[in-house]
Amino acid sequence: MGQRNRHGGGPSVIAPAPAPARGGVDGGILGPDAPPPLVRVRGLTFARGSHLIFDGVDLDIPRGRVTAVMGPSGTGKTTLLNLITGQLRPQSGTIEVDGEPVHRLTRRDLFRLRMRMGMLFQTGALLTDLSVFDNVAYPLREHTRLPESMIRRLVLMKLEAVGLRGACDQMPATLSGGMARRVALARAVALDPMMILYDEPFSGQDPISLGVLMSLIRQLNDASRMTSVVVSHDVAETLRIADYAYLIANGRVMEAGTADQVRASRAAWPRQFLQGLPDGPARFHVPAPDLAHDILA
Amino acid sequence: MSRVLDHLARLGRLGLEVFARLGQAHWLLFGILSGMRDLAMRPRRLVVEVHRIGVLSVLIVVVSGLFVGMVLALQGYYVLSQFGAAESLGIMVAASLVRELGPVVTALLVAGRAGSALTAEIGLMKATDQLSALQMMAVDPIKRILTPRFVGGLLSMPLLAAMFSAVGVLGGYLVGVGLLGIDGGAYWSQMQARIDLHEDIVNGLIKSLVFGVVVTWIALFQGYAATPTAEGVSRATTRTVVHSALAVLGLDFVLTALMFGG
Repeated sequence: MGQRNRHGGGPSVIAPAPAPARGGVDGGILGPDAPPPLVRVRGLTFARGSHLIFDGVDLDIPRGRVTAVMGPSGTGKTTLLNLITGQLRPQSGTIEVDGEPVHRLTRRDLFRLRMRMGMLFQTGALLTDLSVFDNVAYPLREHTRLPESMIRRLVLMKLEAVGLRGACDQMPATLSGGMARRVALARAVALDPMMILYDEPFSGQDPISLGVLMSLIRQLNDASRMTSVVVSHDVAETLRIADYAYLIANGRVMEAGTADQVRASRAAWPRQFLQGLPDGPARFHVPAPDLAHDILA
Repeated sequence: MSRVLDHLARLGRLGLEVFARLGQAHWLLFGILSGMRDLAMRPRRLVVEVHRIGVLSVLIVVVSGLFVGMVLALQGYYVLSQFGAAESLGIMVAASLVRELGPVVTALLVAGRAGSALTAEIGLMKATDQLSALQMMAVDPIKRILTPRFVGGLLSMPLLAAMFSAVGVLGGYLVGVGLLGIDGGAYWSQMQARIDLHEDIVNGLIKSLVFGVVVTWIALFQGYAATPTAEGVSRATTRTVVHSALAVLGLDFVLTALMFGG
């Protein structure tokens, strides 16, 4: 499980963590007989300036499953999604989605691949000058030649699935945060993608919206047999709907396996993160000189 | 010695940054222009943008044109009457407006009203991931979002400048004929006789077309390159107005020298 990584560098609030508890299988969390993963990341290295975000990370996303990628804020979870979708290019390593090397694709091929991917942004990212209906219809109008009557039916079906058919004429500014994310979810699945990526879908949600989103993610995944990647730092909620999980920090994968395996991890860093313990290998304070020295200087 | 080297290094870095941004701006312009064919297949987007940039700027342009024309007539009458040439007020007002003030003031007004709005809109779309969402939907945001706005600004500017000049001439008439007592026939006939279609009107329209390109390009680039934060968008909006004003005034001198410099 997990994989062996080189030591991560760069400044971080989190102290360098000990080596992952479980061993790696060359980045795979699947057995040798499992079908090839939809996303295969090998030796991923990515830095912003002098800040190393990923240092030789290996990672597999299995097909047809919900895979969670968790870690503290600022560890590069959203960056990982941007790398998988080709919005960023790695400094070294390979990222393959459905066998295609994302980082080497031409713009046209990348766009063709993205038509088979959906992404739910943290903010929803709805187009604010379009109504709810037009937002969901947007990818259909852009990429299909379906008649408007057919588009209308499809959009209403997608909105019905997220419980917002009654809000189809509203503008995004009138929606609550949870509703906006559900509309964005309907838009993300409008073209029935093979994979959908969720960027912090639960952050800032009230309990009802959170429960609705959790069940929607699971139901959509099971009903349409798509692959889901959920990036989050909401441990309990994410592990409840995930089949597999990765914990990342300091540019490395700290733990990987099925949700149950990750939940049962005894290693110090995963335990501290999963249980939200104040003490452990992850330090609260940014490294600094002695307090007395600073104050009395 | 080391301080001098530090200053030189800083100057060098600044120069490199300026050239890098110029390069980015030209890449963006290339991307915008490559979206023209796409726009031709979706002309409704252009109509929407001409409405947003052009039609919604009509009020401020018309009101400003009226007052500028009236002030020109007052000032012109004061000078011309000292030489016994008050009857030439019409030609003075019209030439000033059509050649210079129409294109320049309209460009400054559009930069302040529509240019800053364009920058803020694109910057906020970037900050709220709307541009990233389009890319994730396999839609090129430059072609879909920026190209229609660019062409909308390009087409709106000459039309607004023409309105500014026309209303300014009317304002000059109201003051010159209505208030100062100049002969109405002289006001119009001198204008008709001396304003040349190519020399004055076409050159003025060319100017406003160039200003339309520059102002819209600057506004779109500043929005697209804005740091996606509240402060970043605010700075970008300010830069749009400042850079547009400087570019318009600088280009006006160059164009005037080329067109009317003899």
